Amino acid sequence: MPELLTVRNLVKHFPVRRGFLGRRAAVVHAVDDVSFSLGENETLGLVGESGCGKTTAGFSILRLIEPTSGEVWFQGENILALAPERMRLLRRHMQIVFQDPFGSLNPRLTVERTIEEPLLNHEDLSGAERRARVQEALVMVGLLPEHMTRFPHEFSGGQRQRICVARALVLRPRLVIGDEPVSALDVSVRAQVLNLMVRLQRQLNLSYLFISHDLAVIRYVSHRVGVMYLGQIVELAVAKALYAKPLHPYTWALLSAVPVPDPRRTRKRIILEGDVPSPMNPPAGCRFHPRCTEVKPICREQAPIMRVVESNHAVRCHLYEDGEPWNPAPPVFRKSLPEAGDTQPKGGKT
Amino acid sequence: MTLLRIDNLKTFFHSRRGTAKAVDGVSLHVDEGEVVGIVGESGCGKSVLALSILRLLSMPPAFFAGGEVLFAGKNLLTSSSEEIRGIRGNRISMIFQEPMTALNPVFTVGNQLMEVFRVHRSMGRAEALENAVEVLTKVGVPAPERRVKEYPYQLSGGLRQRVMIAIALACRPALLLADEPTTALDVSIQAQILELMMGLKAELNTAILLITHDLGVVAEITRRVAVMYTGRIMEAAPTLDLFDTPLHPYTRGLLTSIPRADASFEIDSLTEIKGVVPSVAALPPGCHFEPRCPEAIDICRAQAPALEEARPGHRVACWRVAHA
Repeated sequence: MPELLTVRNLVKHFPVRRGFLGRRAAVVHAVDDVSFSLGENETLGLVGESGCGKTTAGFSILRLIEPTSGEVWFQGENILALAPERMRLLRRHMQIVFQDPFGSLNPRLTVERTIEEPLLNHEDLSGAERRARVQEALVMVGLLPEHMTRFPHEFSGGQRQRICVARALVLRPRLVIGDEPVSALDVSVRAQVLNLMVRLQRQLNLSYLFISHDLAVIRYVSHRVGVMYLGQIVELAVAKALYAKPLHPYTWALLSAVPVPDPRRTRKRIILEGDVPSPMNPPAGCRFHPRCTEVKPICREQAPIMRVVESNHAVRCHLYEDGEPWNPAPPVFRKSLPEAGDTQPKGGKT
Repeated sequence: MTLLRIDNLKTFFHSRRGTAKAVDGVSLHVDEGEVVGIVGESGCGKSVLALSILRLLSMPPAFFAGGEVLFAGKNLLTSSSEEIRGIRGNRISMIFQEPMTALNPVFTVGNQLMEVFRVHRSMGRAEALENAVEVLTKVGVPAPERRVKEYPYQLSGGLRQRVMIAIALACRPALLLADEPTTALDVSIQAQILELMMGLKAELNTAILLITHDLGVVAEITRRVAVMYTGRIMEAAPTLDLFDTPLHPYTRGLLTSIPRADASFEIDSLTEIKGVVPSVAALPPGCHFEPRCPEAIDICRAQAPALEEARPGHRVACWRVAHA
């Protein structure tokens, strides 16, 4: 699978300023040395509990927030080093769907205005062509062309999320980041949106970075899964292997804690003690050691590195010292794909 | 022995667009020391049902259009406010989804805990404080002597929910109403809280009415369960029965539309329930699930089916089952 996106050593620190002069009092280590790659037509799931940095990682990759350091290679270019104008051109290939379909749609814009906005910014189309593209996008996500004239409040949560997906796909992007895209939806509607996203991926050759706290949802949509804890990926594997044979003690505990809709299932539940420590002051050594059931003396002193333990299965844990140190695939250098609109920027920002 | 019996309860709301039937003829019972689940999607009326039991709804716009809520033989709907106050937080208590909004931000944790003992047990300050520390220890709050002096904002989500549980269980109630108690929490914290609730239930023999949208949580801790949809119970059964042989098409749809994290369970494609939950203001005339039901027949459009026993202890409101 050719790589579309390669993230290397991504770091995002937020300074915490206190007092009258805004003295830099502390640093939140939101994302600390995250590396992974994403192939074409592939879904990588990032899963973790609140505060683990999964959303910050997603936003940093799109430069919706500027990362502190690291590299993000997309179609052969390190986008963190790009000039603003070049970055603006690349954005058409990378889109995002947010968690809250109520907050992420402007209530005063019709569906047509919402979905055509990316086209106005990135493509030079006539009114009729634009309208046709908006209709095409609406039909693609299972809505009707006549929905164009309506406003967001006339739709249910699931339909709104479909509008958000249509807005993300109208530019025919390569990469879509989904930041908890189904978490705000009810159970019966969640399956509709998940199936829609899976179907569209096959139809349009999309790559997804799917961010969620829900291990069951992540398992359903992802080819590979990265488990995050306190700003770091602690385990990265093919989905099947991760769920069948998790290696990291944190992943054991997470998987054993998910309630399963099967009253006959009996199993040993691993209950983690305490809360996730503050990312302002992460524990020394392995960040998980204060809650780990397998903690050894070395865990308190030395931070483990990612090691490949089995093929396509890497883990950041001192239990697996035999594995080879893991590095993400080196970025592929190649000419970026010629696409309509790439050469003809439009949007009145001259 | 039956502790709580809800009989044909109807809680309606006046609104500009007519009467919204949030709870429309619900009957169920909870035995002493039993854990009963109510599962449903947003808007199905499960929270209004819980609030009706303790009469915590503001009236108007809410009003009771019929039915009874019998707790230890007494109809709570016709009790005086005085009597209800004596029961709330004492014999029946409640924990809510969002511990941050359920706790008062301007009082310390200790203050809010002590209030329970002072009101219901007429204790003095010192004695109430002693009991507050004791009950915090019981729910696993570390350093309780220090925590009683702290405010809710100083606690993490998991600790806040523990404090909520401490307040709810302070008077050793016979019944605990738990409205989505773990929904706002992370998976690992959810496991801690469920474990804690089950431990305390075993120790105090408190019955729990658990309200949730999560069938996983239902499977883990309940003995019986009722599935609600637009104000009505669609199916009610012992938990094992419901998961083994779901009878209502809505229940079957729910069970096959949720992704699962357990590796032994393989699925290629999730079954979808088409359409959306209808708004309470524009309900279909017959069975409320009919517009979304893959198995609907003519009678479903005309008339709502009654909740009837299909197998021992297993009730279902569906014409297809009634006609089978």
